[in-house]
Amino acid sequence: MNMSSRAERSVVEGPRDGTSPVIPRDPSTALGMTTRLDGELLEVSMGPQHPSTHGVFRMNVALDGETVVKLKPVFGYLHRNHEKIGENTSYLGSMPYTDRLDYFCSLTNNWAYALSVEKLAGIEVPERAEYLRIILAELTRLQNHASLLGFLLSDMGAWGTPLMYAFREREKILDLFESLAGSRMMCDYMRFGGCRVDAGPDWIGRAKKVLDAFPRFLDEFEKLLVSNEIVIARTQHIGKLTADLAISAGITGPMLRASGVNYDLRKVDGYGFYPRFKFRVPLGDHGDTYDRLMMRVLEMRESIEILKQAFEQIPAGPVMNPKVKLRSFRPPVGEAYGRIEGPKGELGFYLISDGSSNPYRYRVRPPSFINLTILEDLCLGHTVADVMVILGSVDIVMGEVDR
Amino acid sequence: MSEQIDEGLKSELQKQGIWVTSTQELYNWGRRNSIWPLQFGLACCAIEMIATAASRYDLARFGGEVFRPSPRQADLMIVAGTVTKKMAPQIVRLYNQMPDPKYVISMGACAISGGPFKQGYNVLKGIDRYIPVDVYIPGCPPRPEALLHAFMELQRKIDGQKLTGENKAAHLDRAQPSEFPVPAFGAHDLEPPSNLDLFRPPQIERV
Amino acid sequence: MESLEEIKTRVEAAVPGADISIIPNPGPANQPSLLIDNEHAPHVARFLRDDPALRLDHCSNVTGVDWLDRTVTKKVKVKKLVEGEEKEVEETHEEFFPGYLESVYHLYSMALKQGPVIIRMRTADRGEGARLPSLTPVYRSADFQEREIFDLYGIRFDGHPDLRRILMWDEFEDYPMRKDYREPDDYEYEPTPHDDVLEKAKQHYSTRPQLDGAEELTAQE
Repeated sequence: MNMSSRAERSVVEGPRDGTSPVIPRDPSTALGMTTRLDGELLEVSMGPQHPSTHGVFRMNVALDGETVVKLKPVFGYLHRNHEKIGENTSYLGSMPYTDRLDYFCSLTNNWAYALSVEKLAGIEVPERAEYLRIILAELTRLQNHASLLGFLLSDMGAWGTPLMYAFREREKILDLFESLAGSRMMCDYMRFGGCRVDAGPDWIGRAKKVLDAFPRFLDEFEKLLVSNEIVIARTQHIGKLTADLAISAGITGPMLRASGVNYDLRKVDGYGFYPRFKFRVPLGDHGDTYDRLMMRVLEMRESIEILKQAFEQIPAGPVMNPKVKLRSFRPPVGEAYGRIEGPKGELGFYLISDGSSNPYRYRVRPPSFINLTILEDLCLGHTVADVMVILGSVDIVMGEVDR
Repeated sequence: MSEQIDEGLKSELQKQGIWVTSTQELYNWGRRNSIWPLQFGLACCAIEMIATAASRYDLARFGGEVFRPSPRQADLMIVAGTVTKKMAPQIVRLYNQMPDPKYVISMGACAISGGPFKQGYNVLKGIDRYIPVDVYIPGCPPRPEALLHAFMELQRKIDGQKLTGENKAAHLDRAQPSEFPVPAFGAHDLEPPSNLDLFRPPQIERV
Repeated sequence: MESLEEIKTRVEAAVPGADISIIPNPGPANQPSLLIDNEHAPHVARFLRDDPALRLDHCSNVTGVDWLDRTVTKKVKVKKLVEGEEKEVEETHEEFFPGYLESVYHLYSMALKQGPVIIRMRTADRGEGARLPSLTPVYRSADFQEREIFDLYGIRFDGHPDLRRILMWDEFEDYPMRKDYREPDDYEYEPTPHDDVLEKAKQHYSTRPQLDGAEELTAQE
């Protein structure tokens, strides 16, 4: 690992209003630091095996004392060739692979892929299936955000307890997934033109029960977060991300909205039946770790609202478009890029069809990979201990980062 | 030696309030109920591993909840997830850093054979190509109950280990290796692609 | 949002010399794209980003595509003089299309909430000429994604601040996402091989012993 080989990093142009995000060239001026010890910088390789629970992610960090002056993420330790396998597999065959992209949110991955193929081939989706998709996507968002907060708190040193609380709630939602799709994590539930099986009335009833109990957990969790002195000290004013840099770096999802940019694909693209639902898009003011954390809590509250409306409105009917032949599925020649608002950000699939049964090009736009672009900018000037917290607030899953 | 104590005599003594055991039994009993796993997850299976340790499944009932972040303090490596070729040298290195006695659970289809990602150019087709594995759990990912089952299988295995004699445990046998060579990154593949002392690909005899 | 034709004419007016063509997309998705010449691509991208009517400030997705060399055989009817008579003769024409690598950028506007505008660039060939200008100076989000294209497709991006392998290890020499990449052959017995796997497996099967006739059976004994 040779970090000094690239001392000069060219300054990246910012957005048009002139506030270009400049990466400090001299470490001593990083984020207003004025003093530094005279001495050698210490290079530390954090990962790929490390105590925080973020998978096989590695960072090469240059430290001045305890302060980060340079940080380079190293990827590829879970690069399992998702795209290459996708090009050698039929369209339907790739669906189970999408489960394993972001293994916390298999259902939103399913949806993004199904949506792209539906765009590619021009397939209509029945109304009930769209509602089921929204219900499952929002349940996925709930359990993803809940476990993220658990992991984040355990990175801050609250070892065990918050994670146990989060996983207790997560298990209840996983039970719902399991009874519907047959698997806890890898649901493989959606198909082009609908969903695989219908949810019975008792399933909806059970889901309602789980949902009714969720706000109590959320209140408890929020109390733990908001009034906790350590959480506030460890997160406020740590890892600030400006809106301009966030837009330029392609940051999406809760991380973007924590910086105050109102861009939620559920509102912007209005895919599925989201325009029929009333919900707010929470926005942050400071773009620091605390905002990113609270953004998840607020999003969970909005998800609960969406779910309540969906349970009321869900119509009866088929869940699968009968015209779609899944087995010998050959979309017409062309290409399509479909994207949805996943729990981690904009999850997109770019497909090129040459008319055969396999896609010619199968590309995943992974939100957490692109959200890591600015990790160095966030961490400069903070201590090593903060790096873990900042990384936790980015919300990465290596299956998606490396694919 | 436990074989030399008559079971009937043992239970008779126990009724009188005298507890008799052998060093081997005591030793194995202690070790099997305090297996400390290495806190180290690779992919999807790691989430199920965390779920196993979390509230509902509670690995602590088996004495295995003490996840150690350092390989120097760990007894058990749960290879939870897809092992890529880029990651394989680090895993072997971690295994080498663990002190004896050490055990490996190969959790999930990927760690066993590459699983669904077997065709991938960067996917190792099973961690047993480089390090010895004690328990395999199939599944994609295996449910927490399956990991608990693997844990109990491992405990059974530890219970049966001998301290002396012909079939004594590997960590007590100086002839048995405790470290394995770390593969190097090559121009096209890992070098070597597997440890041939440890692993032979299954061959089919065609007659 | 204005149509792609309008965008094309406006870009051509704003960036003199830019050679832009529209790549149609026949599928139902209806997402045609703009093919931009390599020399002017950064200028065009900057225009697309800064133009007040477009403001495509969000570069969502950057990816590479590999198009192999291909020959298309066409049967063409040609009039020819055969034995002093003019006759219609069918001739097969082979047309050769050299392969190239492509990088595709999906641009959206966060400010005006519109998009996508898809732009693509093509390399001269799949060998030494696989070079493209980097758009990372315009869109920071292209940083890691262009590195990924370099890693997996082998397109060199001129002007990229840190062009190294990102997913594979540094010593790796191949470009695995190219269509003609062959991975190292580490065959393992599979109980039910099929398709490509079967073809690969067949090379590793030991040859069957010759047991065709009774004479050979007795001869073996």
